[in-house]
Amino acid sequence: MSAAAQAQPQPQTPAVSMRGVTKRFPGIVANDHVDFEAAPGEVHALLGENGAGKTTLSHILTGLYRPDEGRIALYGEPVEFASPREAIDAGVGMVHQHFRLVPRFTVAENLVLGDRRGAGRNFRIDPGAIAEQVRGLGERYGLEIDPRARIWQLSVGEQQRVEILKALYQEARILILDEPTAVLTPDEADTLFVTVRKMAEEGRTVIFISHKLHEVMAVSDRVTVLRAGKAIATVRTADATPQSLAELMVGREIVVVRREGHAHTDAAPVLEVEDLWADGDRGTVAVKGVSLTLHAGEIAAIAGVSGNGQRELAEAIAGLRPCTKGTVRVKGHAVHTGDARTAFQAGIGYVPEDRLGTGVSPTLPISMNLSLKSFRSESVGPFLRLRMMRDKAVEAIRTFGIKSSGPEQETDELSGGNLQKVVISREFSAHPSVLIAASPTRGLDVAAVEQVHSYLMEAAEEGAGVLLISEDLDEILALNDRVLVMYEGGLTEAADPTNVTEIGLLMAGGKPA
Amino acid sequence: MNNSLLVVLIASGIAYGTPLLFASLGELLAERSGVLNLGVEGMMLVGAVMGFWTVQRVHSNTAVVLFAAIVVAAIIGAVLASIHAFLVITLRASQIVSGLALTIFAGAVGLSSYLGNDLNLADSPASHTFNAVFPQSMQNWPVVGPIVFGQNVLVYASWALVVVIWLYLSRTRPGLNVRAVGESPAAADSMGINVTRYRYAHTLLGGALAGIAGATVTLAITPQWVDGITGGAGWIAIALVIFAFWRPELCLVGAYFFGALQALAPQLQARDIHLGPTVLWTNALPYVMTIVVLVVVSSGTARSRLGAPAALGNAYVREER
Repeated sequence: MSAAAQAQPQPQTPAVSMRGVTKRFPGIVANDHVDFEAAPGEVHALLGENGAGKTTLSHILTGLYRPDEGRIALYGEPVEFASPREAIDAGVGMVHQHFRLVPRFTVAENLVLGDRRGAGRNFRIDPGAIAEQVRGLGERYGLEIDPRARIWQLSVGEQQRVEILKALYQEARILILDEPTAVLTPDEADTLFVTVRKMAEEGRTVIFISHKLHEVMAVSDRVTVLRAGKAIATVRTADATPQSLAELMVGREIVVVRREGHAHTDAAPVLEVEDLWADGDRGTVAVKGVSLTLHAGEIAAIAGVSGNGQRELAEAIAGLRPCTKGTVRVKGHAVHTGDARTAFQAGIGYVPEDRLGTGVSPTLPISMNLSLKSFRSESVGPFLRLRMMRDKAVEAIRTFGIKSSGPEQETDELSGGNLQKVVISREFSAHPSVLIAASPTRGLDVAAVEQVHSYLMEAAEEGAGVLLISEDLDEILALNDRVLVMYEGGLTEAADPTNVTEIGLLMAGGKPA
Repeated sequence: MNNSLLVVLIASGIAYGTPLLFASLGELLAERSGVLNLGVEGMMLVGAVMGFWTVQRVHSNTAVVLFAAIVVAAIIGAVLASIHAFLVITLRASQIVSGLALTIFAGAVGLSSYLGNDLNLADSPASHTFNAVFPQSMQNWPVVGPIVFGQNVLVYASWALVVVIWLYLSRTRPGLNVRAVGESPAAADSMGINVTRYRYAHTLLGGALAGIAGATVTLAITPQWVDGITGGAGWIAIALVIFAFWRPELCLVGAYFFGALQALAPQLQARDIHLGPTVLWTNALPYVMTIVVLVVVSSGTARSRLGAPAALGNAYVREER
C-alpha cells in the first residue's frame, strides 16, 4: 500500500507516546503496561477484540480516565490530563461510538458549544459567521453538511461527520475514531476513509480503533494489536496480512466458518408477514408495508444500518409493538399483533437487541428470568413452583455454560455473553417455530459470538425459522441462507446472499440489481 | 371607549398577568437548564409576604422602599430555590418530590403564613404601592392609554425581561450553554461546560423571579397581605411554561390570557352580565392547572412531544465505569 511508504521516519518526535500505561478496574486490568506510539501524519490503527482495552486506552488519552501507572507525552511534551477539556485544549479530539451531540441543536450550535478560542470567547453568537466557517471546513475535508440542519434530522452517518467536524473545528491535531464504521454503510465507510487519509496528509495523527481487519488494512499505515489489555505488537500495515493480524488479535489460528447454504423454499413456511405497517417511538411510520416468508430450517438475515426500522419490525412480529396494518401468521395461524403473550404462545421466540432492558428483568434471579414465559403453565394455582424453577435453571446453566454463582444470582450481575445465554436458553426452551434474534452478538467477545452463532444454527437445524437482524455484515455473511435489506422501513431481498457489493448498495437505498 | 369590556379586559389582563409572567419566566430559565421546580407557589408566597413586610417597615421615599421590597423578595425567592437546587442537583433527589415539598413548606399554611402572623402583616393596606407611571392625560388616550400607558413600572420591567431572556437564550454563548445543559448534560459536560454551576445559577434566578412575582401581587395588584394571597398562581405559571413550549415570548401571551381570565369574573359582575358560574371556574383554574402540570411532567412521552428540554427532571451523573 502506497500509504505505508509515506509513514514518517522513526527519529522524528512522535505525536503521541504512551509508555507503560496501566489502568485497573475492579476485577480486571483493562490496560497492562501498554506502550503505544503514533507519528504525525500517520493513520495508526488500534486493533483488538471487544474488551481488549482499546477504548480504555483512548479514554486515557482523552482525559476521561486517569492512568494508574505510565507516562504520556504529546510531541515530546509530558502531559497529564485531569479532564476531557484539558485534552481538547491540548489538541486531542475523539469521535466516540456514542455521539456526544445535542439532538435538538443545529450542526453549527453543536460545533461552537464550549468553544473557548478566538470568537468562542465572545458573549454574542453570530450564527451566520459560524455557518460559513462550518461550510468551509466541510468542503475542505469532504464532510459536506448543512450547518443549519438539526442533529435529529440527520442520518447516523451524517451525525458522525458532525462529530469529526467538531474535532476539526477545535483544531484537533490528534484525532481518535472509536469504531467509526459500526454505524455506516460500506459506501459511507469508503467516504470516511478518504477523509481520514486527507486529515493525515495535513499532518494530523489519526488513531483508528477497530476490530475489522479489512478496514484496518485499507486505511492505516501502522497497526498496534491489543489483546487482553496488553499491546501484543506494532506492525507496518504493508508488511501484514489480514490472516497475520487476525492471529495476533485472537492469539490462535482463525477458522472462518461459513454455514453451508441450503435452499429451503420447499419447506413449509413457518412465518408469513404480509404488508406490515408499524409506527416508531416518535410517532413516525417506521415499518412500511413489509412482507416476508420464512421457511422451516432457514436463517434469513435482515441487514441494514441501524434505525431503518429493523427494531420496530422485530417488535411488531414479536407482539411488542402494535401494527397499524397487515397480518402476521405463524404456521398458517394469524397472530394478534400488539400482544406479546399470544405471539410467544403461537411459537415466536424473541432475542431482543436490548438484552438487559427488554431481554430480562435485571434484578430478578436467573431462575425467575428463565421461567418468565413459562411460569403460567407451570405454577399451581397462584403459587410458583420455586424448586422446579431452580432445578430448571441449574439444568440451563449447565447445558448453556452460563458462568454464574448459581440460579439465585441476579441477572444484571452477569457479563453480556452470559446474559445473552440466559435469554437464548429461555427462548429455546419453548421450542419456537420462529426465532427472531436482533443484534444477538453485539458487544460480545469472540468466544461468546461463536457460541451464539452455533445456537442459532442449531435452532435452524431443529426446524425453526430464524430471522437474524444484524448490522454486522461479517456475521450476516457467515450465517445466512437469504439476505434481506431494510432501508427506511422497506424490505428488499438481495438476489445473491454472498454479494457484499449488492447488499451494501441496498443498505444505502439503492435498487436491487 | 376606554370603558369597553375588551379594553378593560386587556388592560387588567396585563396587570393580573404580570406576576404570572415573572414566575413563568423564572421557571422557564430553571427548566431550560433541566431543573423542574414545582415550588413556585411557595416561593411566590414568601416573596409576597417579605416584599409586603419591607414596604410596611422601611421608611423612606416610595421609590426606594419599593425597590428594596423587590430586592428582598428576589433574595428570599433565591434562598428558597437554593434548598431545591441543593436537593436535586447536588443530592440528586427527585425534582418532583422536592418541588412539591418546597411548596408545602413555604406556601399557604406554611412559612409564608407563619411570617405573615409573626410579623403582624394582616389587616392593613400597603403603605406604598406600584402605580401607573405615565400622567393621567396619557392614560386617557383611546385604547392605548389604559393598555400601554396605564401600567406600573413592574409591567414595563417584565416586557424588557421577555426580550432580554429571549436574546439570552437564542443569541448568547451562556444561553447556548444553558440550553445544552438542559437538553444533553453529557454532551455539555464533555465540552467542558460546568453542568452543576449552570443548573444552580438558573434555579436560583428562577427563584428570584418567583419572589418578585409574589411581591407584584402584594404591592401592585391587591396591596395587602392575606394568607395564600397568590391563590395558586404559581401552578398556573408552571403550566404556562408548558403551554408556551418553553419559549419566553409565548409565556407573555399565555400570562396575559390567564390574567384576563382572572379579571373576567369581577368585570362581568360589575356590568351585571351573568354567564353561569364564572367565578367558580376561574377559581378552580389553579387546581386544574396543578393536575395538568403533574400529569405532563410525570409522563415522558407527553414531555418529549411538547418539546420539553430533553433532560428536564433528570439529575446528571457523569458516566464512570
